[in-house]
Amino acid sequence: MATHEISLTVNGEDRGLEVESGTLLVHALRDQLGYTGPNVGCESTVCGACTVRVDGDSVKSCTVLAVQADGSEVTTVSGLADGDDLHPLQESFRDEHALQCGYCTPGMLMSSLSLLEREPDPDREEIREGIEGNLCRCTGYEPIVDAVEAAAGEMRGGTDAASEEGE
Amino acid sequence: MPVETVEAEDVRAGEFAGSAVKRREDPHLLTGEARYTDDVQYPRMAHLALLGSQYGHAEIGAIDTSAAEESEGVLAVYTHEDLTESGIDGTMPAADPENGVAVERPLLARERVRYQGQPVAAVVAEGRYDAFRALDLIEVEYDRLEAAPELEDALAEGAPRLHDAAEGNVCFESETGDEEATEEAFSDADHTVALTVANNRVIPTAMEPRAAVARYRKSEDALIVELSSQNPHSVQDRLSDVLDVPEHRVTVRVPDVGGGFGAKLQPYSGHLLSAWCAMALERPIKWQARRTDDFQSMVHARHQETEIEAALSAEGDLLGLRGHIDADLGGYATGGGVGIPQGTAAMLCGQYDVPAGHVSVRGVFTNTAPISAYRGAGRPEAAYVIERLGSACARELEIDPAEFRRRNFIPSKEFPVETALGRSYDSGDYEKTLDRALEIVGYDGFRQRQEAAREEEKYLGIGFSSYVEVCGGSSGDMEGGLVRMNPEGGVVVGTGTQDTGQGHATSFAQVVADELGVDYDAVEVIEGDTDRVPEGGGTAGSRSLPMGGGALREAAGRLVEKGRTIAAHQLEASEADIEFDDGEFRVRGVPDRTVTIEAVAEAAYSPGDLPEGVDAGMEETAFFTPEGSTAPFGTHVAIVEVDPDTGELGFERYVAVDDVGTQINPKLVEGQIKGGIAQGIGQAVYEEGRYDENANLATGSLQDYAMPKSWQLPEVDWESTETPSPNNPLGAKGVGEAGTIAAMPAVVNAAIDALSPFGVDDLDAPLSEETLWRAARGETR
Repeated sequence: MATHEISLTVNGEDRGLEVESGTLLVHALRDQLGYTGPNVGCESTVCGACTVRVDGDSVKSCTVLAVQADGSEVTTVSGLADGDDLHPLQESFRDEHALQCGYCTPGMLMSSLSLLEREPDPDREEIREGIEGNLCRCTGYEPIVDAVEAAAGEMRGGTDAASEEGE
Repeated sequence: MPVETVEAEDVRAGEFAGSAVKRREDPHLLTGEARYTDDVQYPRMAHLALLGSQYGHAEIGAIDTSAAEESEGVLAVYTHEDLTESGIDGTMPAADPENGVAVERPLLARERVRYQGQPVAAVVAEGRYDAFRALDLIEVEYDRLEAAPELEDALAEGAPRLHDAAEGNVCFESETGDEEATEEAFSDADHTVALTVANNRVIPTAMEPRAAVARYRKSEDALIVELSSQNPHSVQDRLSDVLDVPEHRVTVRVPDVGGGFGAKLQPYSGHLLSAWCAMALERPIKWQARRTDDFQSMVHARHQETEIEAALSAEGDLLGLRGHIDADLGGYATGGGVGIPQGTAAMLCGQYDVPAGHVSVRGVFTNTAPISAYRGAGRPEAAYVIERLGSACARELEIDPAEFRRRNFIPSKEFPVETALGRSYDSGDYEKTLDRALEIVGYDGFRQRQEAAREEEKYLGIGFSSYVEVCGGSSGDMEGGLVRMNPEGGVVVGTGTQDTGQGHATSFAQVVADELGVDYDAVEVIEGDTDRVPEGGGTAGSRSLPMGGGALREAAGRLVEKGRTIAAHQLEASEADIEFDDGEFRVRGVPDRTVTIEAVAEAAYSPGDLPEGVDAGMEETAFFTPEGSTAPFGTHVAIVEVDPDTGELGFERYVAVDDVGTQINPKLVEGQIKGGIAQGIGQAVYEEGRYDENANLATGSLQDYAMPKSWQLPEVDWESTETPSPNNPLGAKGVGEAGTIAAMPAVVNAAIDALSPFGVDDLDAPLSEETLWRAARGETR
């Protein structure tokens, strides 16, 4: 098997590694570098459990080759919190019981983050459309919609969120 | 409105149970610190991959593994012969039904394959990609046989026979109820209503595929298997049986589990073979199934075809029920495959007072993946049949469907009851949940609104599901619960149940903290380690809280009793005068003579401080057996709109009122119900596992199998009532399956109601656009 030297910046750390031509980014992150946040649910871009951010875009890391990501900045779910402070999405997922088994959660969080960057004030339908590339078998999605809605309010500023909760 | 959560630190001591405490499981799952089986790595770990049969029914000739063996990184390639040569018989324990035949279940196919994807050969290689590459190099000679993928194929005259022992492909036959009394009821009836109902095949599809990591320490003859499972102790038994290793040498540990839903109860070939390979090669072995492996060779569920008939009085009272279930078992019989349809038969009275009933069951082999447990396991099938029949009876007799249900409900004063088909219900108040659901949904004005909408060619329909199920363990079931208070006052508790996303650590800590009067954060919960927790039955049939919670409550209660003895000694009072409340032992009537349970625990480890005859230590293990099962119930109401021009179905409203007994954590209850509803709606509208005529699985990936996406599910208006179960100390009935059991009939009944202006009185799930479009044109699929 041909191998390649690549470098990635993962959650702010510079990492060099040797990968096979066919190595998927998710396996390079998980098996070689030990970033086990992104999970593998389908290896076919459908379930979204492996979603990470590559140079700021949400990407399903099961259908990107590691060599394609050479030189990129990658953020996994472990890079979402600010030290001990959870990201507002992480907080709201916990508040709204938006996760059960947790397997889809890393991908769901990364996709939700991209959604809120595109659209800071989505309605519930827009949230449902924004996370359609991420499958969850446990929650029925409604609590995830609750959580993204609450986090959006939190991220826009407290007063906005408070007035929505009063509705 | 969704239940609002609270931080445990904001809950008053003694009031943890009943509070919507935020989950303690969440922080690690939200930050990438979760540890699922595929996250586990060991030095020198090699990878196992399985080759599944290309065909659904074939004789197997020679298997040429030479090219695979030469492939880069490959350590070994195994077939069935290698297993038997190692001294094991190479099979998994077979289901042995009464009135039926047992058939062997090989770990790797021997001579014949009976479903597509059945494991045929195994590769072990240094890397996971090395293993996958080598699979493609294994040459298997298949001699294809005519296949029987559907029940009607398998039951047809001259059908291909799957197993020599099973004539006509029938594995077993059974019956329940009183045939004579039922026939009498039918001869006295003013009306009869008959219906054929198909429960479509679904595929459980937890987000985490199956996985195991096995290690063998030769010097100690010790096998340690970490795997994604719902039932560590039964996996331990199975490993011991299949590999012929004494059970005490086998440790099973379960890391975080990415969903189970019943399909991770049994260990599969890959789990067992990873252990066998670890022993054969003396290296850690990881097996991580891929999604298509799971679709093809993990258990499927439901698939039953039922003839059901009701006998009714002129006024619409149910007099009798009779029916027959043909249950698909797949290519091999699992314990679940045999037990589930018999459970369905016994549940067919639903919430109704039916004086006489008789139902027969026939279990049939087909060239498909084995059928076994999936969320509800037998009860969703029954609820779907009886709730479809109830609505059909109401339609036929021109009685309002809510009224028909109400007039036939088992009255709340009659509990506990045993139904004519042999199931016991512990407690219930069926009118209460129906009434509340009707109120929330605004049923009073609905028919007028429906009529007005129809005039504008908008087709709204309402569907009811007044369901009951039986779960929560049984008087023949047991669960272990260990409660230990350390000398410094920390509490460690363990049970044999297994969290797969439900939040056991949170809810068990709530139960035990209240019972011992200690802080919630002082209680650590352990599951998923056969070395550390007492024997138990895992998580299935919504048994964890009734059984595991019951065992922990009992063990904690015994600890308090031991504490009372020690406290009496310390306070120089008689034991009868010691009260326990809020974590303190007090002498009755002397408020300042108290000692905390923590101080008692400290003393318990200093034998010199103990009264005579009291053993040291502050630890109790209880094996709990309940008085009987529990029977959650409720009413779900769906309002849908069907567009007859496109066949599209949209949800206008979904109302659920459920009673799962006493609630320990209402937020987790809400989560289980809503998530359960999603799976029931999945079966009703989107999901079906389909095979083609050659027994190829046509829905073998997430592109092809229609697991619901975020925008395909409705918002749920949820409320609950609480009728405690008398059968366990918590009063909890169990909540894991109720939503799934309830949802499907509500949705299908709603679609039938929506299309009734087109003469539709029957629909088969899933309600695809094509199905509904054709139905609106008088065609059936």
